[in-house]
Amino acid sequence: MTDLQKLTIGKALNLGLRRAMEEDPTVLIMGEDVGKLGGVFRITDGLQKDFGEQRVLDTPLAESGIIGTAVGLAVRGFRPVCEIQFEGFIFPGFDQISSQLAKLHYRTQGKVKMPVVIRVPFGGGIGAVEHHSESPESLFSHIAGLKVVSISNAVDAYWGIQEAIRSDDPILFFEPKKLYHSGALKMEVDTSTAPSRVFASQVVRAGTDATVVAYGPSVKVALDAATAAEAEGKSLEVIDLRTLSPLDLGPVFESVRKTGRLIAVSEAPSESSLTSEIAARVQQECFYSLESPVLRVTGFDTPYPPAKLEEHYLPDLDRVLHAVDRSLAW
Amino acid sequence: MPSEQWTHPEPGDGPAAVAAQPSPEQVIAGLRATSEGGAELTQLLTPEGQRVPSERFDRYVEDVDDETLKNLYRDMVLVRRADREANAMQRQGQLGIWVPLLGQEAAQVGSGRALQPRDMAFPSYREHGVAYTRGVDMRELIGIFRCTDHSGWDYQAHRFHPYTIVIGNQVLNAAGYAMGQKFEGKVGDEGGEATICYFGDGATSQGDVHEGFVWAAVYDAPLVFFCQNNQWAISEPTERQSRLPLYQRARGYGFPGIRVDGNDVLACLAVTRWALDECRHGNGPVLIEAFTYRMDAHTTTDDPTRYRLSDELEEWKLKDPIERVRAFLARNGHADQAFFDSVQAEADQFAAELRDYTFNMPEPPPDRVFSQVYAEPSPVLEAQREEYLSYLDGFAAAGEH
Repeated sequence: MTDLQKLTIGKALNLGLRRAMEEDPTVLIMGEDVGKLGGVFRITDGLQKDFGEQRVLDTPLAESGIIGTAVGLAVRGFRPVCEIQFEGFIFPGFDQISSQLAKLHYRTQGKVKMPVVIRVPFGGGIGAVEHHSESPESLFSHIAGLKVVSISNAVDAYWGIQEAIRSDDPILFFEPKKLYHSGALKMEVDTSTAPSRVFASQVVRAGTDATVVAYGPSVKVALDAATAAEAEGKSLEVIDLRTLSPLDLGPVFESVRKTGRLIAVSEAPSESSLTSEIAARVQQECFYSLESPVLRVTGFDTPYPPAKLEEHYLPDLDRVLHAVDRSLAW
Repeated sequence: MPSEQWTHPEPGDGPAAVAAQPSPEQVIAGLRATSEGGAELTQLLTPEGQRVPSERFDRYVEDVDDETLKNLYRDMVLVRRADREANAMQRQGQLGIWVPLLGQEAAQVGSGRALQPRDMAFPSYREHGVAYTRGVDMRELIGIFRCTDHSGWDYQAHRFHPYTIVIGNQVLNAAGYAMGQKFEGKVGDEGGEATICYFGDGATSQGDVHEGFVWAAVYDAPLVFFCQNNQWAISEPTERQSRLPLYQRARGYGFPGIRVDGNDVLACLAVTRWALDECRHGNGPVLIEAFTYRMDAHTTTDDPTRYRLSDELEEWKLKDPIERVRAFLARNGHADQAFFDSVQAEADQFAAELRDYTFNMPEPPPDRVFSQVYAEPSPVLEAQREEYLSYLDGFAAAGEH
């Protein structure tokens, strides 16, 4: 029997977390302000009230501590879900993530499992001060032993968080904070049937003239661009990567072989980024199918600017369409 | 020099007292106060092998009879002998590196033997003596230093976490593990569980150690912080890490801190048993500063003659952790020369077996590079693995011509 609920991404995450906690008593939520406040974005709202302070931990204020103790709890047999308040605050935890979380399974040849999820609200467009709008996902994608995923809609939020929690691998779970509470993005989520696999690339709009690949908040931009392009008689295929490491580029290769053109969109700076990796691998795999060079629409190679300037920094519909035009004009 | 004069100015002492800064000499004297200069050092066996009674800690070693003490002596001799053998093997090019524990046998064996099988230990990378007490075969850890593996033992079977190379990381991991013991209700009585975490004086400057203290304190985690203050973090002395004795830091976190003579195996056993007992009963955490000395280099890549005086080493040799037990046993007629000879023979055999094993250790196959990176297979990695192995196969095929 289907059970449809119309949910925002934020509410879908909340319900997904709740369900994971109900189904497995070893699941813990830990982070700053995740308890009584329900997190600064209210994603964990009501969970401490229902599951108690020992399963939803308001931790001291130190990211290395949150992640380092989660590693120890995982060794003990728990499945911790850490919340980092904003992506710009994850760096004190970088050492524990890269040195322990990512490597213990390999170091012990599988004897130590690390079923830890780190939820990271990321991306810009919320008019915030420094350190609150960044996109550091490429840094984590470069670390072997970690899985890095990102969601862009409520269905993936609901099922994806559960899939991440069930995984025995450590997962960095990037959430587009700008879209958390968007009423316009509310989606019907069938909470009775799980999709076979959330973390694989997915064609979210079919098209024939060019392929646009994106993830997280940029998927909405890509879809909006596709709608605008259609009015101009151009057909764009849009792919949501969903899994950033390991990258699932099979559907991208397939799409590029069909359209001959690729535009990769991300808010992160472009140099040595996920979009660089996509461009490299697509030229390697689809060289004879490409009609034009792979183009990228990204944030600039600057620190995130003051928010009054972020409209210039963030890839928007017009920049994507401009890239599409350049690609088609080749 | 009574360190209390400057380490704890009272609010009523006025601005002058609060502002008073200790001189560098005072800092060093406070940090290094031992049994000769600091009454707070817990010692049960003097460097001359005399038993010192302790109202507080004797009851924790009531069961230690002559036989047990002889076993502790044997443990230390075996561990030292294996350590020296590994050091020699590194010099002969058989190990990529070795991390000597010479001088720290009592701190490691004493604290390690205080643990119950159900307890968990989180080591740094010099804890070969603790590993031995947890039943880890020395051969299981030598692969790390021959660079055939990153960790060789079953951590669950031995309840001994993999070595941690990054300074201080394991302190937070141990805090998390101990929180888990608490959450599972495994503390509260004699049968309770506890965790012990090993780190050095240098690690106390790391943020992770501070955070570990905070986490353990606010969650009442059953965690014994066991700091082996061996005086040197490679070439950096303790006074580069702290202005006050390290055990006194515990006070700032709201749990007890104690300084034990780290070269006294009996005192290390007693104090660690007490601390674990506190944790088992839900009164943890506890910080133990084992005041000891690294008598060899930091690792085999280090040259301590560049930064410390030989006088210092000579002074510490007089406090050798093994010699004092030997003196006690001999003086009191608990052991004769035949016993010492038999332990030495056993240690030589132990070392010879370690050497044989090391020399004959197989090299891991190339696909070990790709093995167990993830719990779930990664298609990208699988493709890399297949491509590389087929590249290697190409050489084999070419060689057949």
